[in-house]
Amino acid sequence: MTTDKERTTSLDDMFGDFAELVLENVTIELDELKLALRPMVQQMAKAVARPALEMPKSLIPASFKTPLGEYTQAIQEITLGATKGQGGTRGNTVTIGGHTAPAWDLFQSPPARPPIIAADVFDMPISLAKMVKMHYKEVLDDPAEWAKLVVDKYGADVVTIHLISTDRQLGDTSPNDAAKVIEEVLQAVKVPILIGSAGDPEKDGPVLVKAAEVCEGERTLLCSATVDVFEDIAIAAKKHDQIVLSWTSIDINQQKELNRRLFEWLTPEQIVIDPTTAALGYGLEYAFTIMQRMRLAGLLGDKELRFPISSGTTNAWAAREAWMNKPELGPRELRGPIWESVTALALLLAGSDLFMMMHPAAIKTVHDLIDWMKERQKIKPEEYPDWTTMTIPEGA
Amino acid sequence: MAKLPGPLDIYPLLPGTNCQDCGEANCMAFATKMAEHTVKLKACTPLFEETKYAKKLEKIQELVRPPVREIVVGVGENAVSIGGKLVLYRHDLRYSNPTAFFLDVPDNLDAEALAARIKAIEEWTYVYIGTDLRLDGIALRGVSQDPKTFATTAKKLTELTDWPIMLCSLNPEMLAAAAKTIANKRPLLYAATMDTWAQVGEIATKHDLPLVAFAPGSLDNLSTLVNTLRALGVEEIVLDPGTASRTGLGTTVDDFTQLRRSAILEENELLGYPILGTPIAVWADHKEDEAPELTKWDEVLTASAQIVRYADILVLHSIDMWTNLPLTFLRSNLYTDPVKPVAVEAGLMEFGDVGPDSPVMYTTNFALTYFTVESDIKQAGVNAYLLVVDTEGMSVQSAVAGRKLTAEKVAETLEEYKVADKVKHKILISPGMAARISGETEEVSGWTLKVGPRDSSGIPKYLQEGKWKEE
Repeated sequence: MTTDKERTTSLDDMFGDFAELVLENVTIELDELKLALRPMVQQMAKAVARPALEMPKSLIPASFKTPLGEYTQAIQEITLGATKGQGGTRGNTVTIGGHTAPAWDLFQSPPARPPIIAADVFDMPISLAKMVKMHYKEVLDDPAEWAKLVVDKYGADVVTIHLISTDRQLGDTSPNDAAKVIEEVLQAVKVPILIGSAGDPEKDGPVLVKAAEVCEGERTLLCSATVDVFEDIAIAAKKHDQIVLSWTSIDINQQKELNRRLFEWLTPEQIVIDPTTAALGYGLEYAFTIMQRMRLAGLLGDKELRFPISSGTTNAWAAREAWMNKPELGPRELRGPIWESVTALALLLAGSDLFMMMHPAAIKTVHDLIDWMKERQKIKPEEYPDWTTMTIPEGA
Repeated sequence: MAKLPGPLDIYPLLPGTNCQDCGEANCMAFATKMAEHTVKLKACTPLFEETKYAKKLEKIQELVRPPVREIVVGVGENAVSIGGKLVLYRHDLRYSNPTAFFLDVPDNLDAEALAARIKAIEEWTYVYIGTDLRLDGIALRGVSQDPKTFATTAKKLTELTDWPIMLCSLNPEMLAAAAKTIANKRPLLYAATMDTWAQVGEIATKHDLPLVAFAPGSLDNLSTLVNTLRALGVEEIVLDPGTASRTGLGTTVDDFTQLRRSAILEENELLGYPILGTPIAVWADHKEDEAPELTKWDEVLTASAQIVRYADILVLHSIDMWTNLPLTFLRSNLYTDPVKPVAVEAGLMEFGDVGPDSPVMYTTNFALTYFTVESDIKQAGVNAYLLVVDTEGMSVQSAVAGRKLTAEKVAETLEEYKVADKVKHKILISPGMAARISGETEEVSGWTLKVGPRDSSGIPKYLQEGKWKEE
């Protein structure tokens, strides 16, 4: 019987004994011998090591190596808005992008510029889910007041004024009418503003061209250039130094192609990308994966995808579970905003930089999330609560 | 990143007899499916049953072992597999084994309350695109701090349910008592810590049970704990690096991400285990005079972040529809196979007993749009035609905006599928979201357009009212 002490003899010593033993009896080359013996020795080592490890007396230290990635390109930084000194009239500017690591990989590098929230404002009363509408009913026919409300009360970082009344089906207001609305909103708030067109292929071009002109000096974001309507918008953006939202529909190749076309007129400081946001439960995974892929491609050197990403998060309300009046699914006062919040959170983790949102509770939640996630905290082991013994109030 | 084995790596380790017991034509076909991760090794029964293949079996198990091991909790039909992850990003292949949701039960409930809680957990369900969303398991918490109570309640649990159980206590005596009572149900033990590893590790090896290693606040500590448990002979380990919510959420997301990146991209075999998140921990911050909804809100956010960032199993408290619908939807979305087509085939679909007077509706061929509309029509039990227009897999709203759904396109599709031959009327019901193109569609197609509801949940009511037939 060997003692425990003998069992823990080092591998080297053991190998030495064997080599010696065999060499006495057989004449072979040493290299060959080592090869032949190795598996046997390894087996011996295993057999010897196992019982020795069966009852460790104390913790066996191991360390963790931070799994850093290698990235070759930073995401473009884009500054929205311009102050008086910069040729605009805004009280402040906001900058997005600049990242050098996948979203929220804090161990590698925290977000260069934390994501921001743009609250949606419409230039005419629009059909909205009841749970959203209740927060806007006083301002539905006054875009300037609407803009003030989202900035002053709901804390939006920037405002998107959607010029939907220019749609031929919804009022067919002229680009000049749209310009007036834009002027009113510029007067009403000091934050940068973004301009949304109606989605009418005939009108979007002329409306955004006019918007680029009246926003001269303001560094606004023109939403959006699409594969069908982009040339006039890009030319106007170049002429008036605006930024363009390059919007495609869940197709990474289409996004690359549209950006290539925009490069003819625009510099990298003038492009934000939007691959379309689908609601939680209704295609969110497509938006999630495409945003994640775009961010990674940008970091790994793809010149056509190195841009901050925007999400039309309000689309979360397309999910019937968000708005349906079905008490058995729980109060829609909570169901709606949590739907918008979770949709945003998934895309936040995928790498979105700009969230266009509506419900005040969801806006607050996403602001909180960005704040909570932007850096690592030192949390001591004892600060993690023992949830196995805690008492949770009944009915909660 | 670890290179996943190809068919030619796998084939030589199969029996090579082309016995077809697995249901495939031959061993090469099986190897190909193994490489695609669409079949499981255990389907090759000779490999497991015949001793002459023992060596091959050992080698192939090593070869195909995913960088994150798969661990089974529970027994029988309701047993749940966690982990088994192959890739860091779902677009690299797909995520397997959707995050398992274990709902808590305190061990000090009276019999009635216990039964009610189990029933609520088991019966939580929602129909989502043709499938029933469900919860997965029960986490028994040792609130009593009394080993006997804990073990008795564990026993009662197994009489009330055959769902998988997790035994949760940081006190080794509690775990010893309960593990002994219900070891044959294969519960997951929670947890061994830097202080209790020796005692708890022994309980796990003695009963051959999976065990959670809980070392919050330090990934070095977690590595050390796992290293030690493995030396003790514990083979099935689940990692808990600690869950912090609110201001700690970034740290938690970061810890989870580091663990998974390390296992998959850096092939750190020591940490190649499933990860456990405990959003239930938010209740430690709950104040009694506060509305519980606020705490539930935080629980949903914490759980959502962890579902996205690599949690393989979660312990949750809330069981409301408004809290768990978003979580089960999010899980379902992210675990969908990314190669699943976005589009269904265009064409004319028939529902129920259709005739020349049946209504004709149209929608797009985006899979989610189509299946949602289909499910609403079926649930309503109406007789109707549904014309599916090829919009290159875009939803109604996006397709109208992106001009993939146009008046011409609708008219062409009406022609192509000869809808005029099927019905006596020429009335087409448009999705509410496509109202914009309805006027133009009337001009181009010669059909009368009626604008239907904006959401297909309104279809039954809309058809019942019969307004679509009015001139």
